[in-house]
Amino acid sequence: MTIRHHIEDDLLVSYASGALSEGWSIAVATHLALCPHCRARLETAEAVGGQLLDAITPEQVDALAWDQLRTRIASGATAPEVAPRPAAIASDIPRPLRDYIGGGIDAIKWRNLGKGASQMRLRTGDPTTQVRLLRIPAGKPVPEHTHRGRELTLVLSGSFHDEEGSFGPGDIEDADGSVLHQPIASPEADCICLAVTDAPLKFSSWIVRALQPVLGI
Amino acid sequence: MVPPDDMDATDPLSDLLVAVGTTRDMEAFQTLFRHFAPRIKSYMARGATSALQPDEIMQETMVAVWNKAALYDPTKGSASTWIFTIARNQRIDAYRRATRPEFDPNDPAFVPSSEPAADDRMQTQQTSKSLRRAIETLSTEQSEVLRLCYFEDNSQSTIAERLNIPLGTVKSRLRLAFAKLRLALEASGDAP
Ligand SMILES: [Zn+2]
Repeated sequence: MTIRHHIEDDLLVSYASGALSEGWSIAVATHLALCPHCRARLETAEAVGGQLLDAITPEQVDALAWDQLRTRIASGATAPEVAPRPAAIASDIPRPLRDYIGGGIDAIKWRNLGKGASQMRLRTGDPTTQVRLLRIPAGKPVPEHTHRGRELTLVLSGSFHDEEGSFGPGDIEDADGSVLHQPIASPEADCICLAVTDAPLKFSSWIVRALQPVLGI
Repeated sequence: MVPPDDMDATDPLSDLLVAVGTTRDMEAFQTLFRHFAPRIKSYMARGATSALQPDEIMQETMVAVWNKAALYDPTKGSASTWIFTIARNQRIDAYRRATRPEFDPNDPAFVPSSEPAADDRMQTQQTSKSLRRAIETLSTEQSEVLRLCYFEDNSQSTIAERLNIPLGTVKSRLRLAFAKLRLALEASGDAP
């Protein structure tokens, strides 16, 4: 897998600092599972967090805090963790995304969007984002659209291209509301990707817009 | 390259954390507590408001440090970095009750790095030192944005509103700050 499109600094810092909400984090963490380059960047971002924590102005803790902590540990109410999580079964989709789907690509429950495209919405605890999987038929476009906000698209299989470039497995496209783009799946295979948006997509064609409530896109 | 006094110095906090992980050394843990508890409390106090007191979340964090200490690998990063990630996860838990999606290195679909891991404590410590120095050289604006992004449990658009600057400016200050930090790390021989 040759990844050419990576996570932007601001997203990586939000993820490292813990401020990024669950929906966006699914795309970021899944890209990280596929991309050693960005994992090295994440290590740097977390090391910055470590240095900032070290340099923070300390606040006095309660005088009894240590005794309380010690008592709690001595009482055996805490359980040391040693073993790492057991290896999961082989799959074509890495964690954490696989956990949201409930399996690999075979487990995706597609719903027809018309014109051969389909989607599956993923349930999260994050009300600020919409997370779904999209399948675009080989050689076919996704209806042209702009966004009210940000859209992160992570390719899982196949590839697509648009005005911003060409995107293959593992690549992440980060588009803000100013981008009007028309992604087209490459002709060899259907393109399956994860799409995270912070607002429902706003299609520029009036007919698609009229159908938006019906199609649920 | 590295002055001899730097070569001899081992990070005492990392040694203490290793002692807790390997021998459940209570004295080492108390020394770690004295150093980190007031910092973790300060970090928790800067996040969003919560029914939980900063003291309580600090205590939960220190319990997690005790429980997970055996998983700490000093060749992968400093004690401060490792404890920062524990504190961050506790804060997400406490303030947002949200799950944090994370990759799993034991997952067969996980793509490992083709470069061998450095596994070098000296390098890890050198990285921490270079980073600390580089953070001190950031401009006031860059360092303010950096601190807000790490300490406040807020989105960058909220930070932009608070500073009364456009969101794009927050992002570009962050980008510039990180470019500077990476450059400093490259100069010290550790470069992602
Ligand atoms: Zn990447």
